[in-house]
Amino acid sequence: MSEAAAKMQARRIRPKYLNLRALIFEIRLPLPGWISILHRISGALLFVALVWLLWLLDRSLASEAAFNQVKQYAGLWPVKLSLLVLVWAYCHHFCAGVRYLFLDLDKGLDLATARLTSWIVLVLSLMLTVLLGWQLW
Amino acid sequence: MTQRIVTGAHYGLRDWLAQRITALIMAIYSVIAVIVLISAKPMTYGVWHELFTQGWMRVATLLFIASLSWHAWVGVRDILMDYIKPAGLRLAMEVLVLLTIAAYVGWTIQILWG
Repeated sequence: MSEAAAKMQARRIRPKYLNLRALIFEIRLPLPGWISILHRISGALLFVALVWLLWLLDRSLASEAAFNQVKQYAGLWPVKLSLLVLVWAYCHHFCAGVRYLFLDLDKGLDLATARLTSWIVLVLSLMLTVLLGWQLW
Repeated sequence: MTQRIVTGAHYGLRDWLAQRITALIMAIYSVIAVIVLISAKPMTYGVWHELFTQGWMRVATLLFIASLSWHAWVGVRDILMDYIKPAGLRLAMEVLVLLTIAAYVGWTIQILWG
């Protein structure tokens, strides 16, 4: 059996079960799919991180000394990095969400537009993250 | 005996719509918040504290958290319905999420009016 025929044979094995290896290496998620899973991941992340953000808000409003402490704390690089990740998560969730609202109104459903708007969401949310990060510090 | 499903949505349209309306409320708040924050640079305690003593800001922030609660409940429950299959575990996690949301709202009120 030639190599090509062997490949065809291997491809025909059914049923095919999904596992982590298949999910990571074999299935190529299209770009709108990436926007979708990142929308989910960013949403979950923001929900979990809200306890930390509320704590920061609580401290920052407690007193002038606590406010300055929060400012200093936010300047530490691990804190800064975490906050930047959350800023990105918010921007991505925001931009992808706006895209979904348009999809709900039957706007941008064809493949070419859906791909284009996915790129816009990806790039715009990163640009907004940089812009807001630069404004925050 | 009738098989009843305890966990799940069962009222799709209402929550689907709620998720979108709450998203719009949060989007408007976010844009205003970013503009206010950038225009108030560099932020001092005085400006920050003054901002959160104003009635409109407190009410708007509470509306934001209320929207977030409903929005996050729909979203997180969707995630749990997709990945957590055993009914008991899913119910336990849904209860945990609801308690977390209630705590978030309570804490926000305490921060804003405390």
